Order: sequence, then structure tokens, then C-alpha cells
Amino acid sequence: MTDTPDATVVTPPTTVPNPGSGAAESGTSSAQGTGVIETENMDVFYGDFKAVADVTMKFAFNEISALIGPSGCGKSTVLRALNRMNDLIPSARVDGEVRYHGANIYDPSVDPVEIRRRIGMVFQKPNPFPKSIYDNIAWGAKINGFKGSKSDMRDLVQGALEQAALWDEVKDKLTESGLSLSGGQQQRLCIARAIATQPDVILMDEPCSALDPIATLRIEELMLELKENYSIIIVTHNMQQAARVSGKTAFFNVELDTTGQRTGYLVEFSPTDELFTSPRMKATEDYITGRFG
Amino acid sequence: MSTERGVHDADMARQLARKPRRFERLIVGSLFIAGAISIAITIGILWELGSESLLFFLDDDVTLGKFFFSTEWSPQAGSFGIWPLILGTMLITVIALLVAIPVGLSAAIYLSEYASPRVRNFLKPVLEILVGIPTVVFGFFALTFMTPLLRSIFGSQVGFFNVLSAGIVVGLLIVPLVSSLAEDAMAAVPDSLRQASYGLGASRLETSLRVVVPAALSGIAAGVVVAMSRAVGETMVVTLASGASPRNFSLADDSLFGYILSPFEGAQTMTGYIAITASGDISYDTIDYNSIFAIGLTLFVITLGLNSLSRRIVKRFRQEYE
Ligand SMILES: Nc1ncnc2c1ncn2[C@@H]1O[C@H](COP(=O)(O)OP(=O)(O)OP(=O)(O)O)[C@@H](O)[C@H]1O
Ligand SMILES: [Mg+2]
Repeated sequence: MTDTPDATVVTPPTTVPNPGSGAAESGTSSAQGTGVIETENMDVFYGDFKAVADVTMKFAFNEISALIGPSGCGKSTVLRALNRMNDLIPSARVDGEVRYHGANIYDPSVDPVEIRRRIGMVFQKPNPFPKSIYDNIAWGAKINGFKGSKSDMRDLVQGALEQAALWDEVKDKLTESGLSLSGGQQQRLCIARAIATQPDVILMDEPCSALDPIATLRIEELMLELKENYSIIIVTHNMQQAARVSGKTAFFNVELDTTGQRTGYLVEFSPTDELFTSPRMKATEDYITGRFG
Repeated sequence: MSTERGVHDADMARQLARKPRRFERLIVGSLFIAGAISIAITIGILWELGSESLLFFLDDDVTLGKFFFSTEWSPQAGSFGIWPLILGTMLITVIALLVAIPVGLSAAIYLSEYASPRVRNFLKPVLEILVGIPTVVFGFFALTFMTPLLRSIFGSQVGFFNVLSAGIVVGLLIVPLVSSLAEDAMAAVPDSLRQASYGLGASRLETSLRVVVPAALSGIAAGVVVAMSRAVGETMVVTLASGASPRNFSLADDSLFGYILSPFEGAQTMTGYIAITASGDISYDTIDYNSIFAIGLTLFVITLGLNSLSRRIVKRFRQEYE
């Protein structure tokens, strides 16, 4: 995992970091059929437009799952459907089921706020609050009902920053604005903020796309550490990144349907090393070898 | 390319030459004149205010010290202390803000964070229509509805003319201003912050009050200051509802919270005095006549101060989101 990113060639399986390590402990449970999040025949619409169709997949506990695919195939749409962030888009609607620990999160009795407390999110563009570095992290914890003393809060903030590998860089300027940090630091701050609310699953939508290779590598290392305690689902355009960090990779594609809509669908969801060396589907092979429009 | 077409170079110089563009110059010229006129008018107003005020202060009965430190305003008796008028303006402005800030801010939060696009597209124009209602209508509303209402609530201690009624109605008058400026400021808060907040498991109310409002605070504050200067300058409502007697007081003899700051008594404001005096039959170059310019100048300075304050706040706001 300390290999430098290979810029030209799709990563061969030998550089995939411990592809099975996450699956090892969760292997039994996923074999029994319970993932931390499962979708079943999920369609997502924006108004009348069906953005993704019929997605059935199972995300394993304590594993990094990657979603890849061409632009517009609905990766972000799928990701947002997993913690009901799509609710914020008035026209968005989800059909089918999404189960979190077995419970359908689109059941009318479910409070989306409770879902998002358990399934946190890190966005493509770092979006720290215009508050101090300290408050950026404390805020989410307070919202989530943190009841501890001031010194407990300090410990929590420090712990989250340490986990996000940011503590050493900011420990002397915790009162400065989160916006004063560099892009890579801001993104790690956002990850620390997500960790501080102690979610169960972290969704990341192209978290490194605004970062340079070194900052990217730090975040990848961070993800591999976080995997011990969290289940992570990451959207990425960078196939090397998917190969480096994830245990399983889902390839999405988009096709014109009979009515001329561009609807995305899941092509395959396989262990990462398999997907990159012996993809089951022709479309996957075309995409990963770059023979794709 | 240039070597290939070298033969045309002389022609090129002609093609590149400036064209007269007479029409454009005409337009630019008239735009400049329009701008110059508005500046000239401002200077003219200042000149008029300044020179007439000077006459006022040169009068033997008036001294700067009495003007700024005396708490009695009785032109008939030759006392020109501006504090009673400032007190009237201040009381009404404070009451107006106490009404307009919570109502306007709630409306802004609702419009920006809760209302569906359809509701918003309906409500915003309705709010803006309120701005177009002539203020004399609001004045009448204060006199014939708000004052009787207050009297039925608080009893006869409420005077027929009182600052409470005027203040509340001025507050309602500036609600649209507060709400639309605050809504603009909140709409300018990047959506990514809302997403960050929801993504952390915040509810809509927590997101509105603890992320969006703080992030928009400078813009909201600037809007409040603009609304405040509007309240300070409001004339019709206060003239009708708050009466024409300056609330002369003595810090030594009157109780601060009993009489001086009482919301139930009337009080003339700076604008109210100007309106009444200027529309009465007074002759030029009397001291009464000159006094309205001195007050006008004071008002001008106050609103100028408030407006530059709001610009300062807005500038800080802009820097935050670079
Ligand atoms: N808020 C929205 N309203 C309407 N349509 C949307 C919205 N967001 C996405 N879409 C549409 O849904 C489809 C999938 O978009 P999505 O953003 O999920 O793709 P993506 O795979 O994440 O693409 P990229 O790799 O470029 O981020 C696209 O056709 C897009 O136009
Ligand atoms: Mg996307």
C-alpha cells in the first residue's frame, strides 16, 4: 500500500493491498447473506427520469467497497441513495429496497436523520464549515447528542483528528477557521468530522478528486486504517485507487434504453482483484482496459 | 501565417484602426451625465442642509452645546435640544427592530430552507408587494387598528399617540426588507454546507439555525442595518401614530423606565418634526425653519453612518467565502 501510484497501467493484482483482509473477518457474515447495507432491485428516479435501474448489491462489514464507472452512470446517485441524502433533492425518488442492518431505510416510519447519523458522508469537494477547526469536529458530535464534559470533547476532537492523520498539522491552530487549511487538509478535516460522530458506515464520493497524489495517498492510507472499525463505500474515477484500497469493486455502466433515456445499471460487483484481472463481463473489461468511449 | 500574407500588411493596419463608434459614445456620454446628475443632486442636498443648518447654529438662541446636550425641544420657548427627538426615533426604531428581526428572520428561514419552490415563488412576490403599500396606509393602520388593539390589551395607560403602536407598525413595514435581504444572504450560503450538515445527521432545523444562519450572519446583519436606517427615516407612520409632541425629559427628575423610555406615551421623532414643521405655515429664515435643516443633517449623518456600517459588514461577509 506504500507503492507509488502507477500512472499508466491499470494496476495488476499484485499491488492490490491485502485484498481479502477485510473480507476475511466478514466473510462468514456475508456468506450468510447479511451485509451492512444491501440494496434490492433499487431504482432511483429524478422526476420521470430513471437515473439508475435495478441495483441489487450487498456491502460487507468492515470492508472498503469501490464504485467505478463512466461519468453519468449514477455512482453518486447510488451512493446518495444509501443514506437518504437524495431526500435533499426534491425530484429524487427511490424504488425497491435499501436495507441497513436488515431494516429498510425507505420505510415510511424511518427517520432519515437517524440514518445519516449512522451512515456518514464525505463529499467530493471538501466542505468544512466556516467555523474553527475545533468546532468543525465538535459540532457534529454535539448534534449527535454528545453529552460529555469539555475535556471529553477535547479528547474526542483530538482522537478524530489523529485518526484522520491531521492532528500534528493542526494541533497548534485549532481555533483557526477550517477554511484556512489546504484542500487536502480540509478533506481530512471533513473525514475527521465524519468520524467524530461515530458512524457505522462512511460513504465517500470521489474524496480525492480535488487532491494532489501525496494527499491522495494519505487519504488512501487513512481509509485502510479506518476499515478496521468502519465499513466504507467509495466512489472513484481512479481505477488505481479502487485497486489499491478496495476489497470489492462494483462497475456501473450507462446505456440508452428503448425510450432514449440514459439509465445506469450495475454490471458486476466482484472482489477487486478478480474484477481487474478476470472481469466477468465484456463491458467491464472494455472499461478497465480503456477501450471505452 | 503572417509571412504568407505579408502582402496584406498595409491593409491590416487599416482594418485594425479605431472606428468612430459615434452611437456608442453617445450612450456612454448620456450614462455619464445621468451619473453626474445624481451626484450633483446629492451635493446640492448636502449644501442646502449644511448652509441652512449653519444659519441655525449661528442664531443667538442656539449653541452647539445646547443642541447636542439639552433634553428639551420646545421651539416656541427657544429650546433646541435634539435629544427628545432622537429619543422618539430611537424608541420607535428599537421597537420596530424587535418586531422585524424575529418575524423577518423567521420568514427568511422558512422561505430559504423550508418552502418548496412553488410556495417560495408564490410568497416572495407577495412579501414584495407589501413594500409597495404607501406608508400612509400603514400610518392609518397604526392609528385605527394597532392603537385601539393595544389599548384593549394594556388599558388606558396607552396614550392615543404612542410609540409602541408606531414602532410595531414600522416594524411590520420593514419586515419584507429584513426577510428579503436575509433570504438573499442565506441563499448565498453554498449548498455544500447544508449537505455537510445533513450528512452528519443534523435535522433541518439544526441545519438552518446552526449552519446556514451563522454562515449568513454578516449578510443578515447588513440587512438588519439597512432596515434600521429605513426605520429611522420612516415619517408617515410616526407622524400619524406617535404624535407631535417631543418627549422632553430631565434625566434628574424623570424616571428612566417610567417616563423616559415608556412605550405607551407618544414622542415626536426627527422625521415627524420635519414633516409637521415644514408643512405648517412658517416663514423662511426663522429659527424654526432653519431648525429642520439641522435635524435633517443629523438624520443624514445617522443614516449615512448606518449604511456605511452595513457596507462594512457586507464586505467582511464577501471575504469569508472567497
Ligand atoms: N439533482 C439531479 N437532478 C436531476 N438529475 C440528476 C441529478 N443528479 C444527477 N442527475 C442525473 O442522474 C444521472 C447520474 O448522475 P450521477 O451524478 O449519479 O452520475 P455519476 O456516476 O456520479 O457521474 P460522475 O462520475 O460524473 O460524478 C445523470 O444523468 C445526471 O444527469
Ligand atoms: Mg458523481
